[in-house]
Amino acid sequence: MPMQVLVAMSGGVDSSVAAAMLRDEGHEVVGVTLKLWGGESDSGCCSVSDVDDARRVAQQLGIEHLVFNFGDDFTQHVVEPYVRDHAAGLTPNPCIECNRHLKFDRLLTRALALGFDAVATGHHARVTPTGPHGGPRLARAADAAKDQSYVLHMLSAEQLARVLLPIGDLTKLEVRARAAALGLRTAAKPDSQDVCFITRAGGGRETFLGARIALRPARLVDTTGATVGSVDAVELVTVGQRRGLGLAGDGSARFALSVDVESAVVVVGPEADLRRPVTPVRDVTWVDDEARGFVLDEKVSRLMAQVSAHGSPLAVAEVTSADGAGVLDVTWVEAPRRVAPGQSLVFYDDDDVVLGGGIVCG
Amino acid sequence: MSPAEPASHPPVTYLDHAATTPMRPEAVEAMLPMLTERYANPSGAHRMARDANRAIDEARDELAGLLGCAPGDVVFTSGGTESDNLAVFGARRAGVGPTYETVVCAATEHHAVLDPVLALAGRTVGVHPSGRLDLDELVAVLDAEAAAFAAGEGPGVRLVSVMLVNNEVGTVQPLAEIAAIVRQHASDAVLHTDAVQGFCALDLAAVADPADLVTISAHKFGGPKGLGVLVARPSVVLAPRQVGGSQERARRPGTPDVAGIVATVVAARLTADERSGEVERLGRLRERLVSGLLAAVDDLTETGIGGGDARAERVDRVPGIAHLGIGGVESEALLFLLEREGVFASAASSCSSGAMEASHVLTAMGVDDDRAKGALRLSLGWASTDADVDRALAVIPPAVEQLRRFAL
Repeated sequence: MPMQVLVAMSGGVDSSVAAAMLRDEGHEVVGVTLKLWGGESDSGCCSVSDVDDARRVAQQLGIEHLVFNFGDDFTQHVVEPYVRDHAAGLTPNPCIECNRHLKFDRLLTRALALGFDAVATGHHARVTPTGPHGGPRLARAADAAKDQSYVLHMLSAEQLARVLLPIGDLTKLEVRARAAALGLRTAAKPDSQDVCFITRAGGGRETFLGARIALRPARLVDTTGATVGSVDAVELVTVGQRRGLGLAGDGSARFALSVDVESAVVVVGPEADLRRPVTPVRDVTWVDDEARGFVLDEKVSRLMAQVSAHGSPLAVAEVTSADGAGVLDVTWVEAPRRVAPGQSLVFYDDDDVVLGGGIVCG
Repeated sequence: MSPAEPASHPPVTYLDHAATTPMRPEAVEAMLPMLTERYANPSGAHRMARDANRAIDEARDELAGLLGCAPGDVVFTSGGTESDNLAVFGARRAGVGPTYETVVCAATEHHAVLDPVLALAGRTVGVHPSGRLDLDELVAVLDAEAAAFAAGEGPGVRLVSVMLVNNEVGTVQPLAEIAAIVRQHASDAVLHTDAVQGFCALDLAAVADPADLVTISAHKFGGPKGLGVLVARPSVVLAPRQVGGSQERARRPGTPDVAGIVATVVAARLTADERSGEVERLGRLRERLVSGLLAAVDDLTETGIGGGDARAERVDRVPGIAHLGIGGVESEALLFLLEREGVFASAASSCSSGAMEASHVLTAMGVDDDRAKGALRLSLGWASTDADVDRALAVIPPAVEQLRRFAL
């Protein structure tokens, strides 16, 4: 049945093709580009070239194109927490917070208020009717290498019922081929990289954070407490990090085992010391109650979890409620390297269907 | 299939005349011979060039009459923005030395004035909640600059710029009072007024007479886009912003837009001829529009209108602009719902991408953030009808209602 769909168009090839596919399926499609971040050099305006691309693609497709300014919300829900987390020695994933608060909350709410039936994006993931009573679940994309289900794990079944991910069944090559066949100007546009509000031209992460928080030098100590080196900014060190610690060339590889921002100390050690059998997570969300029960009560052997956007999923032995405050302890079948606190941990049923996820907190 | 044509569009109700108004058909018609037959470059030496030049001469004479200035005071430019820039960057009082450098403007100016003033590290003067300039603050600023100048510590005021009619909320500034203050407190400065939104409603020959420089823009009164005028009276010396020719007495070099100039004057003549009737007619339309919305929508206010008698306070507004603040809605969302019903309006402030930005005008007027987020500008013009008002009154209340149902 034809629906009215608001497509979030970033100006990239994936969302361009998503819009084209929905149009071709007969839906009434309107494109929207979100103005999220002005950037310092931009006198408060948008990343104009991406908006240009989205608008030109919409014109080619014969659909209307809007721009919504969600800059205040982005600053409040994405940028400020990103800075705060780094100041606290965490390793945040701002894309996840943007999806949580902007694309699938602010935008979805507005879309529904405007009378749209659904919001679509160009994410590589699939919405499948595999939940209870045929309800929606989020599943991995056809293109495993491009799968983005990890960054969409916070979507509830209620939200998924209003979300379309048209390109989830295509590989990236197929997406580009379709864009080229349609003559879309974004067909060969490079994939977006890294954090959208931090640019290399602007000096990268260090400059961005340095303009907002005081970056402090830290001591590197080994597991015996002996000082073995130093880094310029403790706020930029990630648990599990090996490069950039200035410890190369002195024998065995050493990793950041833990980061203590308050005392400005980073403990380093061999990979063996990085392995942890249990990972605690907080602020866990579930796609639906059945998913929650599946993870917490049934403890079936199909349960896996992924701890970084491009990492491989790992088998989970059991998930237990660690305290009354909602923290869950995830016990692994084989102890992985410690996950940097602030990263998200996402539960999968059989490495395919998302069940829920939370933020690593220890 | 032609692109971007959904199955059915509702009929157009255009309520964005302050952004631009359709060209008068007579003005379009006047352009055509200048593009097809009398196409010569007016700067040339031959008969065809003289013919084109004559068209400009006649247009300039007539426009000068409508604006109450000498023909030689009329400088044709590419639009309001260029005229404003030319004034702010380049104008000084004739007969005074080049010392004076400080520029001063209202905090509510259009960016075409505000940005040049800020680029020159100039000063802005605040406004009252109605949008009217704070005259006491203007005096204080001018006196402070004069004192600094006398003490050898400041360059003195070169130019004061106050827009005659605000483009977002329609407030009319008391230009004669402002001119008197400038004469008394900064006698070596020139006074510029951006009258882009003023021409339709006000007889600039009278109202803008106290200003040394006056900006107008053709597409706001039924002329073409890309054609502006800066009136620069003999009290002013104007330094050009571009060089490369002697056109417009070298104040604005470049081959003139003959067709645009001819069309502009036709539109200006029609607008001036019909002005008093139109002011009354549009005033009635706006009255019906605003009182209808005030009655139909809760938590809706006319921006800058206080608790007193709204009708009396509206005397200081042009009839073509109604600016509303609507609680519990966001302009972006409301405009989209209106567009879907064929009603085209604006929130008055947007950037090149089309995204909405907070309005510096509303901020300067002290409008609170929530109200500013729900800003809606409905503007009327020569083509507006009672049917437009009917349609707006039928469409806006349910759209507001729909959005409020989803408000968190």
